[in-house]
Amino acid sequence: MSTSDHNVVLHVADVHMRFGGLHALADVDLEIEEGKTHAIIGPNGAGKSTLLNVCVGRLTPTSGAVIFDGQIITGMKPHEINQAGVARVFQTPEIFPELSVLENVMAPAFAKRDGAFKLNFLHNLGKEAEIREEAAHFIEDVGMTAQIDAHSGALSRGDKRRLELAMCLIQHPRLLLLDEPTAGMSRHDTNTTIELLKKIKERGMTKVIIEHDMHVVFSLADKISVLAQGRIIAEGTPDEVRNDPRVQEAYLGGATE
Amino acid sequence: MFALPKKQLIIFVIFALVVLTMPLWMSPLGAAYPGLLQKFAIYGLLALGFNILFGLTGYLSFGHAAFLGVGSYTAVWSFKLLTMDAVPAIILAAILSGLFALLIGYVSLRRSGIYFSILTLAFAQMSYNLAYSVLTPITNGETSLQLSLQDPRIIDLTFMERGQGLPTVSLLGIDMSGYSGFYFCAVVLIMGFFIAQKITISPFGLMLKGIKSNQNRMKYTGFNTRPYMLSAFVISGIYAGIAGGLLAVTDPLAGAERMQWTASGEVVLMTVLGGAGTLFGPIMGAWIVKYFENIFSAFNDTVLHNIFAFVPEGFREWVVSCAGLFVGEGWHLTLGLVFVIVVVFLPGGLMEGYRRIVSKFGAGKPNQPNSSAPDSPAPVKQPAE
Repeated sequence: MSTSDHNVVLHVADVHMRFGGLHALADVDLEIEEGKTHAIIGPNGAGKSTLLNVCVGRLTPTSGAVIFDGQIITGMKPHEINQAGVARVFQTPEIFPELSVLENVMAPAFAKRDGAFKLNFLHNLGKEAEIREEAAHFIEDVGMTAQIDAHSGALSRGDKRRLELAMCLIQHPRLLLLDEPTAGMSRHDTNTTIELLKKIKERGMTKVIIEHDMHVVFSLADKISVLAQGRIIAEGTPDEVRNDPRVQEAYLGGATE
Repeated sequence: MFALPKKQLIIFVIFALVVLTMPLWMSPLGAAYPGLLQKFAIYGLLALGFNILFGLTGYLSFGHAAFLGVGSYTAVWSFKLLTMDAVPAIILAAILSGLFALLIGYVSLRRSGIYFSILTLAFAQMSYNLAYSVLTPITNGETSLQLSLQDPRIIDLTFMERGQGLPTVSLLGIDMSGYSGFYFCAVVLIMGFFIAQKITISPFGLMLKGIKSNQNRMKYTGFNTRPYMLSAFVISGIYAGIAGGLLAVTDPLAGAERMQWTASGEVVLMTVLGGAGTLFGPIMGAWIVKYFENIFSAFNDTVLHNIFAFVPEGFREWVVSCAGLFVGEGWHLTLGLVFVIVVVFLPGGLMEGYRRIVSKFGAGKPNQPNSSAPDSPAPVKQPAE
């Protein structure tokens, strides 16, 4: 705990990210407080996904640092960042399509229990009753008990997303990053997902959401940061952001699709 | 630790029975002679081990023959330097091929997909060329590594006098040629099958399947995928090394051609033919390939004339010359056709054919874990706010 304010779970400190001539992130400074749902919004190409990729170790920033829980995580490998307590839901659901729903949720539980690598090839998966039960519990949590033995590649997009969420939740992450959790979903699926995320929020899990859908943002976020052309142009509570003229110009008024 | 769940135990017992009774049920097929039965067991083991890498993780190694070769050379050296007993030879073959796999795997696994395959192929060809020329003092190059009357055999010769003629490989005094050699190989194959079964139903096996399914997700789920891959690679290399050792046990001779790329390709063919990712498929693939190689290649015109004796004279000549294309030297053609037909109509190999038959007749619930179902896209709606 080197940060002065111990309520800050994730601190993105003066991050710059350049791709050749493109300045994708410029001097981004962001603090995510414990237990809060922090939404990052902005028009297409504003650098939202880049920011998330910097946080999970997919990209290493040109300069600046990402500090998670008092520890600098820039330059760490994705699995190390996950082991430190950061889980991520991707824009297109990343699951194990060849495995069953149960196996999909069991795998992350093993990562949590056994660490990044364990050569346990003489153990019997059938004897792991504890992990099996825990996985079943989290599958129930996202309302997929009926599909527990289903082949996950055949699920609908909404179900894949819920499955991916269960895979993240079973790890009890300190920080959950969600990249457009409702992208490409029907209105019904979107609403189910919002309900689910509200339920998680009540448990006090810290979340960062990147989202296009303002309905989702305003129903979930405690705090919103607005990103435009790689810079944070506004930050505040949903009401403050809604009424900010700069935001209306850059995003809500100007660039809505 | 060494227990299997009931269903797996039944599979194991059936498999052990099938392998041990091979001399009986192979005899109507004309394949029940020890030399071929030994090959069935040995190449079955090779394909079984190859499948731990390819079937579970999806990484296609095109250089597995290198480990086979290392196993053979090690075993022959063990006969020459230490003892004619089979067990130390096999253990040393396993250790050395494992170390060799660790080295090759460590470098090759820095890349995935086609680049990984090319790297393994390059290493295997390198090993082949080294064995063929540069390392002649160790491998005896072209002439193959053989036993000789002057071999030191330190362990053997402390207990007994050097005999007349070349010694034979033995196991606690039992000669390892003929049927006893087959049973030794069969027992090793059955042990290998047991371990492969354990791996498949272990958390480790689940992680390997996870890597095959979505390596990216594995990383973001907190798994360090590299050591998982490397372990699978080394285990698979050890299987190949033991298979190579067994080849030397049944015939104490090791040549460089065992490491050539065609030998590596053969394992891939066996695994795909039988069904990658299944336990029994690759072994069956190995049996089929070896059957074709040894039985079909032995057919000549006289045999064909006897088979087609019922066909009227005159026409018979024509039938025999047509069929002749597919046997004898042309056995590759038959194998190639079988392979093409299987890959086109049964992409999951012969085991997929078996699964289809089972599900068609309703004996079990239909499950195709290898076929990825098409993604059903949910209606896309852009938020209008």
